[in-house]
This record gives sequence, structure tokens and C-alpha cells, in this order.
Amino acid sequence: MTTVTRLRAPLTDEQILPLKAGDAVLIDGTVFGARDAAHAQLVEALRRGEVLPIELTGQILYYVGPAPARPGHPIGSAGPTTSGRMDRYTPELLAAGLRATIGKGHRGGAVRESIVAHRCLYLAAIGGSGAMLAKRIIGSEVVAYEELGPEAIYRFEVRDFPAVVVNDAHGLDLYEMSREEYCERA
Amino acid sequence: MIREVDVSLITETVERLCLDANYALPDDVVDALEAARIREVSPLGKQTISLILENVSVAAEERVPMCQDTGTVVVFADVGQDVHFNGGSFRDAIDEGVRRAYTRGYLRSSIVGRPVGRRTNTGDNTPAVLHLHLVPGGNVSLTLLAKGGGAENMSRMSMLTPSDGLQGVIDFVVETVEIAGPNACPPVIVGVGIGGTFDSVGALAKHAIARPIGTTTEDDETRQIEVDILRRINALGIGPHGFGGRVTALAVHVEMAPTHIASLPVAVNLQCGPAARSHRAVI
Repeated sequence: MTTVTRLRAPLTDEQILPLKAGDAVLIDGTVFGARDAAHAQLVEALRRGEVLPIELTGQILYYVGPAPARPGHPIGSAGPTTSGRMDRYTPELLAAGLRATIGKGHRGGAVRESIVAHRCLYLAAIGGSGAMLAKRIIGSEVVAYEELGPEAIYRFEVRDFPAVVVNDAHGLDLYEMSREEYCERA
Repeated sequence: MIREVDVSLITETVERLCLDANYALPDDVVDALEAARIREVSPLGKQTISLILENVSVAAEERVPMCQDTGTVVVFADVGQDVHFNGGSFRDAIDEGVRRAYTRGYLRSSIVGRPVGRRTNTGDNTPAVLHLHLVPGGNVSLTLLAKGGGAENMSRMSMLTPSDGLQGVIDFVVETVEIAGPNACPPVIVGVGIGGTFDSVGALAKHAIARPIGTTTEDDETRQIEVDILRRINALGIGPHGFGGRVTALAVHVEMAPTHIASLPVAVNLQCGPAARSHRAVI
């Protein structure tokens, strides 16, 4: 671990460009939550030229479908889901102003290209750590597509939310770099 | 001697196992993660395992599921042939236990009734996947997994041919873990089924991931295959969450079955280590 950078949306070039794949970040402030079904609806709306239910410019989108909250908790377990399932929608959302996504696992070539083209970030949160991550989410409300249940769009207020830069705006990929470093060749 | 068992006991047991499986990591997996934290050489990998262990503590203290994906419930039921069930359907009793746990225990309902088309959520995480086996005696043994979708999606099976041999099997397992990379939430537990038929080899692999880490197979040859595959997987460099390192798998468990002279089926079922949830009870 090198330095830990703090991020807060709306993200700007000044926040994004110094970050490199492998950097640890802590996120404060607003993060939107959406997964498969909400992505399909967002991109359909975008293609029809409609106004989206959330303003994407400079925002951070977290791929999550939370578990139900216990009484007195803002949210239930809320770790990242696999990002690759969102790949077919991501380039259009980045082109529309979204600046960062949080999930887990590989992104496809088209997503990585659009991350560079639009100077964005792809961050990984620790999968299977939904209880710990839920404690870093201090506020939660459904802001669109409520009928989708755990697949609705949420607005979260987060504090000290930990993530790692996987794909930076300069084309580096942590998953590739780290395998190169730790692979033991026979 | 016939033993009468009321199915309400099955429902209560399944409910308890579902809650345990989601709130608490079994001791064998916690021990394996703690050993992995010491063994891991990559700083980011080490820190990732620390966060995973912090998550385990938070989940247990607050009775919150370790992962928001509270899984498909898979039940291996070994039912003694001397048991007679009263009070309703055995199958319905299992699903009622799942329903109670998921609707009362703040667990996410993650099952859609039909896989294509409308994909409407069943709302209570039913039905469970049930593997029912009739065994001698008068006990009912239930092994329950709350199986997450992320690692399940990266699992693979192949109908190899006998000439592919053991090397072909090992290569296929390692390749599966390599393709899965960070998607399966490593460090993973790798369940391998070898032999049987197209339909049964997947169940062998699933059964293999439910085996506690550190328990050994009775057969020396199988144990050596597990050791060899684990060594190759941990040389891949993927590491905890794909952030790089030497701990990509916590364990490899192999189960074999007799097979056809023309066949060599192999199935690889991946289980995320951070929220590996299998619990068992004997009634």
C-alpha cells in the first residue's frame, strides 16, 4: 500500500488523473448504487433521449444489490457484485458523464477503452465484505426504479468507504500488473 | 425399527442453518484465512485478507450477512432409510425453513422463478436445490450451503476424454481458476468432481466445497491431486481479490466417482473464501 487518497463526488480531473492502478482510496459523500436491471433501464432511457432519474455528471456508481436493513440500520449487507455483467452498458454511461464505477472483477476491452477516453476510474471494493462495507454507508435511499427491489437505484451517503483503483485513466490495469508481479513460472 | 420424525424439525433446522451460514464463517475457513494472512506476501493481498476477517467479526456481532449475496440454498440431505416423516412434505419443510430464514433474518431474496423471460423474484429465496440421498440408519444429516452467484458463475464443467488423463483434469481446473480471476472473490475454495456422468459430476464438485478445510480424503492418490492442484493455483499470482499474491485458493477438494470407459467428466465449482458458508446438522 502506498498512499491513501480521499475521493468525493463530483469527481474532477484533478482528483482522477493523479491516481494509478493499485492505489487505495477512501470515498466520502455521495455514491449511487445500481446493478443489472437498473442498468438496462438507464441505458434504454439514455437511448430514447430521456432525462435520466439521476444526474450522472462526475458521479460514482457502485454495483450493489443490498440485503434488507435491520431496524435502526441504514442498509443491510452491501458488498460489490461482479462488474463484468454491467460491461455492455458502461461505455454509454461514462460517455454521459459518469466518472467512476465500483465493483469487483475484470472489465472488458470496450469498458477499459472508454475509461481512458473519458478519463474515468474503475475501482474494486472487497467482495464478500458486505457487513463491513455496510458500516461505511451512513445513509441510503431509493431514488429510482423502486419496483426492482434490491436492483433499484440507491443514493448512498458513505464515509471512509475503502476501494482500490483497478483501471486508471491512463490505461493501467491492476489485475494484469499484479499477476505479472506475483506469478511463479514453472 | 422405524424412527418417526416430524417435518417441523426439518424446517427449524434448515432455518437455523440458513442463518448460521450467512452470519458466521465456519471455524475451518476462519483458520485458513488467518493462516493465509500470515503466508501472503503481497501487501495489498495481506490488507485485503485483514478486511475480510474484519467483515467476519462485524457480521457475527451485528447478525448481518457477511455478503449481500445470501445465495442459493443448496441442501445435501442424507436420510436414513429407517426414518418416517410425519406432518407434511419433506420437500415443503425444507423450503419453509428457507422462507422463514430469508424473510425474517434480513437476508436477500436472490432467486427468480424462471431463468429467462420475466425473471420474477420469488420473494423468499425459495426453492432450495435439494440433493437427497437414502442411507442406512435412522438419522437425517443436512449439509446446507448458501451459495453465492458470483463464484458459481465462474464454475465450469467439461467432458474430457480418457486420453486427456490426470494432466488434462489438472489443467482444466487451473484454467478455470485463472479465467475466474478476481470475479470469484479469491481466495477461493475449489471443489472438483471427477468421473460419474454429465449430471452427477457437478453435484460431486458441489459436495466437495462443503467439506471442511483440513479434512483429508481417505485415498492417497486423491490427496496428492489436491496438493498438486493447489500448488499450481497458488503460483498463478492472482492473489486475494485479484490484487496479486500467493494465496489464490485456500483449499482444493476433489471427489471422484466411477465413470464410463469412454468418459472423463470433470466439474469445477468455485466457492468464494470470504463468505464460504456451509453448515451441517444431524437430526
